[in-house]
Amino acid sequence: MALISGLVGCFVVWRRLSYYGESIAHSSLLGAGIGILIGIGINFGVVFICLLFGILFLWLQQSKALSSDTLLGVLAHFALAVGIIVISFNKIKIDLHAFLFGDILTVSITDIWGMYIGVLIAITLILSNWSSLLLVTLDEDLAKSEGINPLYVNILLTTIMTIVVALSLQIIGLLLITAMLIIPAATARRLVNSPEGMVIVATLIGIFSVVFGIYLSVEMDLPSGPSIVVVSSILFFVSHMFGLIAKNE
Amino acid sequence: MNALISAKNISVIKSGKNILNDVSIDINKNDFITIIGPNGAGKSMLLKCLMGFYKPNIGAIKTKPNLKFGYMPQNLDVIKTIPMKAKLFITIKKKFDKISLKKVISETQIENILDKQLSFLSGGEMQRVLLARSLLNNPELLILDEPAQNLDVSGQTLFYKLLQKIYSKRGLSILMVSHDLHLVMVSTKQVICLSNHICCCGKPQQITNDPKFLSMFGKDMAEVMAVYQHSNKENFENN
Ligand SMILES: Nc1ncnc2c1ncn2[C@@H]1O[C@H](COP(=O)(O)OP(=O)(O)OP(=O)(O)O)[C@@H](O)[C@H]1O
Ligand SMILES: [Mg+2]
Repeated sequence: MALISGLVGCFVVWRRLSYYGESIAHSSLLGAGIGILIGIGINFGVVFICLLFGILFLWLQQSKALSSDTLLGVLAHFALAVGIIVISFNKIKIDLHAFLFGDILTVSITDIWGMYIGVLIAITLILSNWSSLLLVTLDEDLAKSEGINPLYVNILLTTIMTIVVALSLQIIGLLLITAMLIIPAATARRLVNSPEGMVIVATLIGIFSVVFGIYLSVEMDLPSGPSIVVVSSILFFVSHMFGLIAKNE
Repeated sequence: MNALISAKNISVIKSGKNILNDVSIDINKNDFITIIGPNGAGKSMLLKCLMGFYKPNIGAIKTKPNLKFGYMPQNLDVIKTIPMKAKLFITIKKKFDKISLKKVISETQIENILDKQLSFLSGGEMQRVLLARSLLNNPELLILDEPAQNLDVSGQTLFYKLLQKIYSKRGLSILMVSHDLHLVMVSTKQVICLSNHICCCGKPQQITNDPKFLSMFGKDMAEVMAVYQHSNKENFENN
């Protein structure tokens, strides 16, 4: 899990997608509600609705009538509101607390296998399209001139982000998912001078934060998501402090 | 078919607006065509159609099979969030060999900035890096969209001289959008005035006397250019 969050997090930082990540997380509540309602389970419901959300967003964005953040603001909160309604009026039993803040104890063995497979697919997809992704990130017109269709690449990235958000939801929780994506990447930004380097460092920071955060949460009986985010935030501040000191010298 | 790209009577309509109206253009081997026109005239759109980014609503574009072209976009907002050296940027998604990489680097004089981060490059350095990138696959045709727009006057002059040198050395074709007609007068072989449709076109000397050109850009502009034409020629000949 931590392996992929560093990788995807870099793209989120590069392309300023953090608000998008936030929005997918918002819509996941609706996914969970619908998943239970039609009996396909929370995980499938979340992936399904989040993907739908991503496609809807890409499609509406094509028209360029509204700026992306306005569009996302509308869509995300619409999904969140409907999600809350669905959950409430059907008396669906969802542990809202675990959903918002993450609870590692709710993760089952099948979930873990699901995560392995999801992560493996996502990493393969990113690495095999690495240079296309980079070029589209830099400039869509330049990418077009090399025969890349930015729309496909954006769909790919959206799908991967959706999978990652849906998968980490149980551990991190809805509220902190974006933090887990962007903080390791933002920490790495200062320490490197190539995109590959940034991915590697972000991944290492991500792994360390997850492992150490979960260790803390188990040892001291803290919620897992916030522990992970606190660890990575501390790393972020430390690296920036060292950065500032190094600059002044 | 001899033309590298040939567009016949193309029109582009986007959200009810006629952006290009019945435009025809042929780009042949060794052409040096400069497109001028007011902001919003559809210059960038024309380039993008010729490269196949957009399909025209009316008309047809024929492109030589497997045409190799290099493209320099109008503006590239370098994202500060991504750490990347100029050297990597030049080569992403490009087919090239070591020899042509070396050649391009020395041609565009970017030896000293290869290891700089993209976000630290100056305007002129960035333009040269973009030019290097567009040259890397030994293109038959260079498509440049206002390549000197962020440069000061001396930077512009240097850039266009560089371009002229590359043009004559490599024998490729150039299609360029530029507002600095006075500076490219000497190099360019053909000027096209675009304002949704082609107002007038011809050799640079002819066009400055064309009444349509005068009505679009005013007589002052034409006179300024006539002066530049002379002084530029002298400059080039002295070099
Ligand atoms: N994808 C698009 N969809 C809708 N309208 C567009 C699109 N691209 C460009 N336009 C519109 O087409 C017109 C021409 O745009 P274009 O960028 O080609 O102008 P330009 O001649 O390059 O201007 P400038 O000198 O400012 O670069 C503008 O009014 C622009 O708003
Ligand atoms: Mg333009």
